Amino acid sequence: MIPRYLIIGVAVLLAITMGMSFYVWQMRGRVDRSELSTENSQPVAPPVSGPTEQITLYVAYDDTGVLRPKPVRIQLPAGRQERAAEMLRALLTLYLDKVSPHPLGAGSEIRDVYIVDPGLAVIDLNAAFADSHRSGVLIEELTVVSLVQTLSANVPGIVRVKILVEGKERDTLAGHADLSNFYDVPAVNQVVAQLQNAQ
Amino acid sequence: MRWSKPTPRRFVAPASRRLSRGRPVPAVGALLAFTAAILLASALLLYSSPEEKRISIYSTAANYSLPVLERNGDEYIGLLEVFEPLGAVSAKANGSHWKFRYYDVESEFTAGKTRARIHGSDFDLPSNFLLENRRGLVPLSCLGTLLPRILGGPVTFNQNSRRLFIGNVAVHFTAQVSKTTPPKLVINFTAPVNPTIATEPGKLRMVFTREAVVAPGSQILTFDSKIIPSASFQENNGAAEVAVAASVPLIASFSNDGRTITIEPPPVATTPAQPPQTTAGAATASPTSGTIALAAIRRYFAVVDPSHGGDERGASLTDQLAEKDITLAFARRLRQELETRGLATLLLRDGDSTLSLDQRASLTNSAHPAIYICVHAASQGNGVRVYTALVPIGTENRGPFLSWDAAQTSFQLISRSAGTSLVTELQNKQIAARSLIAPLRPLNNITTAALALEVAPPSNDVSQLNSPAYQQSIAGAIAAGVADVRDKLEAGR
Repeated sequence: MIPRYLIIGVAVLLAITMGMSFYVWQMRGRVDRSELSTENSQPVAPPVSGPTEQITLYVAYDDTGVLRPKPVRIQLPAGRQERAAEMLRALLTLYLDKVSPHPLGAGSEIRDVYIVDPGLAVIDLNAAFADSHRSGVLIEELTVVSLVQTLSANVPGIVRVKILVEGKERDTLAGHADLSNFYDVPAVNQVVAQLQNAQ
Repeated sequence: MRWSKPTPRRFVAPASRRLSRGRPVPAVGALLAFTAAILLASALLLYSSPEEKRISIYSTAANYSLPVLERNGDEYIGLLEVFEPLGAVSAKANGSHWKFRYYDVESEFTAGKTRARIHGSDFDLPSNFLLENRRGLVPLSCLGTLLPRILGGPVTFNQNSRRLFIGNVAVHFTAQVSKTTPPKLVINFTAPVNPTIATEPGKLRMVFTREAVVAPGSQILTFDSKIIPSASFQENNGAAEVAVAASVPLIASFSNDGRTITIEPPPVATTPAQPPQTTAGAATASPTSGTIALAAIRRYFAVVDPSHGGDERGASLTDQLAEKDITLAFARRLRQELETRGLATLLLRDGDSTLSLDQRASLTNSAHPAIYICVHAASQGNGVRVYTALVPIGTENRGPFLSWDAAQTSFQLISRSAGTSLVTELQNKQIAARSLIAPLRPLNNITTAALALEVAPPSNDVSQLNSPAYQQSIAGAIAAGVADVRDKLEAGR
């Protein structure tokens, strides 16, 4: 004869085991769903509120190897850093479009822009931006100059720009364009002038 | 540089006050304990070795390097890590027993014991086998005897230098100093090599970490030369080093697909009072009489740098075509075209070797050429793009000392003038050409006229980049453009 307390104990343990199994199964499903959502390569656009303003994007065109100004109207937040980041994200939206004039790799993102007085802007790109970037002197130069010029033309007072990848210094963007030094805005203006003339 | 959000501060009662509610502990005691902990941590930090101990393993399957661990005063290594690059391995820990399998050879080790079973027979380790987080560690000193039992082949282990050779993989070399003026030390290896090269006053050091380079007959080689009197070989911490002693600064260049390293003094910096053509003539002809030694020293007018190389492939132009191969092929044609015009040319790499950007700049600046031309290739666009340096700001030259990042500053005008000449010649030959400024290293580190070329295909067909006729027409135009401004470049040197 099996004691009654033993039967009750085993039953309780069985119930707990089944409950735990169900809980683990639910948790696994939740993890799978969250992994799927992180695999989405589209950049996550933060909610932007504020008045619509006109800014000038400096857009690279690969077919002619030029950089051209393009006025656009976008909603911009109030903070200086947030505005700067939003402008560059607007530029990236163009580049990540299906009919992009200067395609970037899927998942390319501007992580943050930091404005450090006096006159220094730091652009922090994500790893996918640099890792998936096409390699070549002109193609990399167009990207870098497009970012620097869009920022300096729309945010007053910026004289130097530094580009980081995942918060760290990197030698080159994709084997050519130098990222180890600061970009001097007046010097970049000379490059922009050259890049506005087609080959 | 990293940015992070500030973490919110938390306020807690001081430790001494909280403790005093239970068992009273004097504040002085807590302070002493804290100080002791700080001192102990500092001592541990100071005690840590500045250089990590490593072992290099060379085999026909792979050459690799592993960290060596210090346990109980002995050197240990993870056995699984040693065998993983060599073939199929597996390991299983069961309590204190650790079973290891390499193909069909089974071994069993026991934690804390020296006795092991290898392929059915006993084997004694010099010190205890260790099991750490299911990872089996064996004493380093036993590798020379343990590995042949498992691999079934010969193994040579130099424990002092921590270099282990599996099978007949050693790379031998011969060294000979030529009787030319100035002398050249030519080192021929039995396999391609790619050492790290460093120079210091009176010495050029080549460190081989991935190559199984072994000592020649003698550790010290002496040569019948006052400029390069000797070279020495030594091994340490998993690497071999060849140090070449010299009474003058030396530069090294690679050829024969990385099998030959030529070490020679750089061309003299002082400009001899003679036209460049005479200099080039003296460089290519072998001196028949010992007139003036200076005239016979090879003095390069141009340094051509095929970008990328070795581990660094550059852009993948097609599935088969890497940028490093196109740049080398084009650079060889350019050298030929320049030399045809009497312009002595040095190729920074004449094989598939890796050179850092700093090494490229350093070698060029040591050679004191009149012009530096860096070659790139791209699949986008067409024709040739000629770049000059975008010199970064905040790096000013101070007096005679040039800032490394702004070394090009004084040469920007002559560089742009040379670039214009090249573009004109290319356009004269109906080749699309464009002059641009680019943030492209090492242009800004070069102390002479410096240009970079990006060669793109003539049409949308990228495979045309590999066409000898296309490369030849561009090389001819570039060389003609350089020859046009020869006098200007010579004056700007």
